[in-house]
Amino acid sequence: MTGSGLADPRPEDGAAAATDCPPTHANSERAVPRSGDPAIVPALVAEHGLAPGEWEKILEIMGREPTFAELGVFSAMWSEHCGYKHSRPLIGAFPKEGPAVVQGPGENAGVIDAGDGWGIAFKIESHNHPSAVEPYQGAATGSGGILRDVFTMGARPIAILDSLHFGSLDSPQSKYLFDGVVRGVGDYGNCVGVPTVGGETVFDPAYEKNPIVNVMCIGVLPLDRLVLGEAGGVGNPVMAVGARTGRDGIHGATFASEELDEEGAGSRPRVQVGDPFSEKLLLEASLELAERKLLAGIQDMGAAGLTSSGVEMAARSGTGIDIDVARLPVREEGMTPYEMLLSESQERMLLVAKPGCQGAVEEVLGRWDLQAATIGSVTDDGMFRVRESGQVRVEIPVAPLVDGCPTYVREAIEGRDAVEAREANLAPYGSFAPGSGAEGALRALLDAPSIASRRWVYEQYDTTVRTNTLAGPGSDAAVLRLPVGRRALAAATDGNGRYCYLDPERGGRAAVAEAARNVACCGARPLAVTNCLNFGSPLRPDVYYQLARAVKGIGDACRALRTPVTGGNVSLYNESGGKTIYPTPVIGMVGVLDDLDRRVPSAFRAEGDEIWVAGVSRDEIGGSEYLAACHGRVAGRPPAVDLEAAAALVDLLVAAAGDGLLRSAHDCSEGGLAMALVEAAIGAAGGAAGFAADLDSAPADTGISPAALWYGESHSRAVLTCPPGGGSRLREVAGGFGVPVARVGTVGAAGESCRISGSGHVIGPDARELARIFEQAIPRRMRDEPGAWDRTSRSEEADIS
Amino acid sequence: MKAGIVRFPGSNCDADVYRAVVEGVGQRATYLWHKSRDLRGVDVVVLPGGFSYGDYLRPGAIARFSPIMREVTAFARAGGLTLGICNGFQVLCEARLLPGALVRNRGLRFRCHPAWLRVENAGTPFTTAYSKGQLLKVPIAHGDGRFVAKSSVLDALESEGRVAFRYADAGGEAPDAANPNGSARNIAGILNREGNILGMMPHPERHSLAVLGNTDGLGVFQSLLSATLPGDGGNLSATLSGDGGKLSAALPGDGGNRPGPLAVEMPGSPAAGRSGPPGAEREDAAWIP
Repeated sequence: MTGSGLADPRPEDGAAAATDCPPTHANSERAVPRSGDPAIVPALVAEHGLAPGEWEKILEIMGREPTFAELGVFSAMWSEHCGYKHSRPLIGAFPKEGPAVVQGPGENAGVIDAGDGWGIAFKIESHNHPSAVEPYQGAATGSGGILRDVFTMGARPIAILDSLHFGSLDSPQSKYLFDGVVRGVGDYGNCVGVPTVGGETVFDPAYEKNPIVNVMCIGVLPLDRLVLGEAGGVGNPVMAVGARTGRDGIHGATFASEELDEEGAGSRPRVQVGDPFSEKLLLEASLELAERKLLAGIQDMGAAGLTSSGVEMAARSGTGIDIDVARLPVREEGMTPYEMLLSESQERMLLVAKPGCQGAVEEVLGRWDLQAATIGSVTDDGMFRVRESGQVRVEIPVAPLVDGCPTYVREAIEGRDAVEAREANLAPYGSFAPGSGAEGALRALLDAPSIASRRWVYEQYDTTVRTNTLAGPGSDAAVLRLPVGRRALAAATDGNGRYCYLDPERGGRAAVAEAARNVACCGARPLAVTNCLNFGSPLRPDVYYQLARAVKGIGDACRALRTPVTGGNVSLYNESGGKTIYPTPVIGMVGVLDDLDRRVPSAFRAEGDEIWVAGVSRDEIGGSEYLAACHGRVAGRPPAVDLEAAAALVDLLVAAAGDGLLRSAHDCSEGGLAMALVEAAIGAAGGAAGFAADLDSAPADTGISPAALWYGESHSRAVLTCPPGGGSRLREVAGGFGVPVARVGTVGAAGESCRISGSGHVIGPDARELARIFEQAIPRRMRDEPGAWDRTSRSEEADIS
Repeated sequence: MKAGIVRFPGSNCDADVYRAVVEGVGQRATYLWHKSRDLRGVDVVVLPGGFSYGDYLRPGAIARFSPIMREVTAFARAGGLTLGICNGFQVLCEARLLPGALVRNRGLRFRCHPAWLRVENAGTPFTTAYSKGQLLKVPIAHGDGRFVAKSSVLDALESEGRVAFRYADAGGEAPDAANPNGSARNIAGILNREGNILGMMPHPERHSLAVLGNTDGLGVFQSLLSATLPGDGGNLSATLSGDGGKLSAALPGDGGNRPGPLAVEMPGSPAAGRSGPPGAEREDAAWIP
């Protein structure tokens, strides 16, 4: 079997394969370069993204010049994507401990305890660069990767959420990227059969050429089936499972750690192609392997493929790994060890079977028509050793490969542009133009794609498969039932690049606070966080400043809200043509609700219900959607995040929901108080409902400007409704948590007007008309009037029998 | 009633149908593995939604050739109650058990949302729990759901009462605007001539559990239960009466002498710890809801 150079996709039987495994103990043979390998010259090292200092470190670790394949391994493992060399010193400060945490950062996904022996596994990941180059496949393979991260833990994926940021929808390129990414996220999840139940879609010219595509996956598992990404048990067989390895995606991890070139087109071969059908088979087979407890460890061959999965698994268990790439099932002939080690072909996994379980593993995989090839075994010498038909090509100690990557603390200097934007004089925007100013702003905001209905997006996603979805898109957080009694989970993704640009620490805090608020509005207790840090090049002092401050803000907020970080992903170098995206940390928050019947919807429920506002409105319009949509400005100081107030509001929302006091609760964020009211009205179950509300009654700072009262985005606020007469109890409970609340109005009937007064302005537009603006904003820009795409061709009676 | 749910590679609504049968109507369900040739004595076969074989070539085109489909075809041709939902409908058309074809939605996009369905024939073994003209809110989720057929076939479907459901609006009309995918004559579900095979694109199993807030789809499974109760077998081969007449054997609605929920160990309970012998076909369920 060995020596042919062509891998046998499946050994005939376990016994034969076992005798054929490389020896458990290292012999002293040295790694030998392959004939035809390029010479290791400084230019080649630089091409691999390794700085001179890093090269010296490599020489020190190796005590010799590495082979070409070894250089490739270092390049991948020490890329920003795998090595976190700029972010590691910063994210070390995140809180990681908490009573609910079962598995913290460092694994394929974090896991929290959902009670009664069940766990929730979840993680978020970016696929920004691939999506910029090839939006459909970039987004699809992003979904595929994060799904694998969750089901390799032994958890069944039950939900996907996304966080998408694009340029302006007036730009053809942004439309192209938006359309492709939505199709990619949708098609992949739809085919695998995991509902995409929530997320966010944001538009701003800052993301024109470099969109943000973050996908979060949530799974559930009985905790006794938890499987880790470890290569435990010396002598255990190491198996490659799933798709064959091809030349696609070679150096994807390094690609993700560079700036995009002008057109990005030259990078297209580095984007992989997804096959959700194979993924579905892998998913079912992996869960069966976990259920039958056949595995010592398993990991997705994601970024940096075989290299990172093998190295990381060995590192976690303090073992070594000895594999022969000649046994790896390949798609094309003549692949070199370098290529096989760095390929990012999709839908592949590396697993380590428990002793004596190899046959059973192969049988399960065979049942699902999946290939399994035993390519090596676990060793005790702490080396990552790769052979080609027996000949050693790579021999690197695992520990320094994972931990020895130099980390960098860069100079952090706030960019002058950000300072200037923040210090801008916003006084002229604090009041509305006489006449219809207040209503005009409302209409402009409803028509802003970042606020408008995302129906165009989420109707392309299967939101209800697996019959767990209690609240899907359109709700503040997605709510899904758990297989534990009456429990449900709630999840939301949030990130605001504008806030972060103007004040990264506030922006970091805001992302956590808003995500927690969204989860709590549904009645769930926020428990833990996964995060995706999307930033520009950390080599730039202004970007490094953003990164450092935003990470501090996230850490502080997570501590205050008692939601530890269980994992995440860092995506740097999000730049194109010298233009950096807004710093955009995205928070994925997960919470649990003990009684799903106590969940609280976001929209108004019934005519006559009392409308209350919780939390104080302050004189803050900086960084608001109002400034961007109505005045074309991204300026001012973004709203402050008082973490005590944020925690108090979360506590109030959870308590009030638990006591059954609330008919609805809606987070107050982009578009402010007026928009929160209108959104709750538009979404009313019986069709867009009217209401009457007096904003002057809401808790607010004295001297607040009209624009801030209506459309300012002060944090720690929510629009609540309770049944007639229920308000006094709400006031009492809120008082206990120190949250100021006030009644502002009453819910009306479907189709009535939305009467809002405040700061001397009174408006009363028709609810259905506002709903129309809200619903049409994105379809009309995508040249798909709502319903019109159905009528592009009349139904025909085609001549098909 | 014992329902057999076929699991093709890529089926992904199998567990949802399982729960509709087991939790929704308290009946037994078993999975039928695509490589198997054994229908395990089931009373009803369900081809669930999903992307069998990745929908490669055409949705349903490969699944049609899987070993289990020989048995399903024989079962269905012998009058066995057979329900194809979404991808299952596509498989039934590819297998020529139902006429016509499902092609790409006219908007060329996947669409998922609750759709209004009008019950066109309440006299079929799949619809006796409904009344003719009743409006149901049932989710759709498909990219290839546009039903097409020759005019003569469509005319026959209409005149023989073989249109089971039609896409409608909230007022019960069936205008083009209420047609989510461009299906001919707003058709959402059809029967074979003998009335024992139903294919439908919408997902009744997704609206079958009270906990999810809507049980409009449960009637399909209740109807199947009624049709499989002892003494009703003879009606299965009854020809459908022209315009939605009820099958004579329609049982009294809920509260008849239906068996109570069985004490079925729920899949996914950690206590279950069930793992069949190696290679055994897993009869119970995908292990988690």
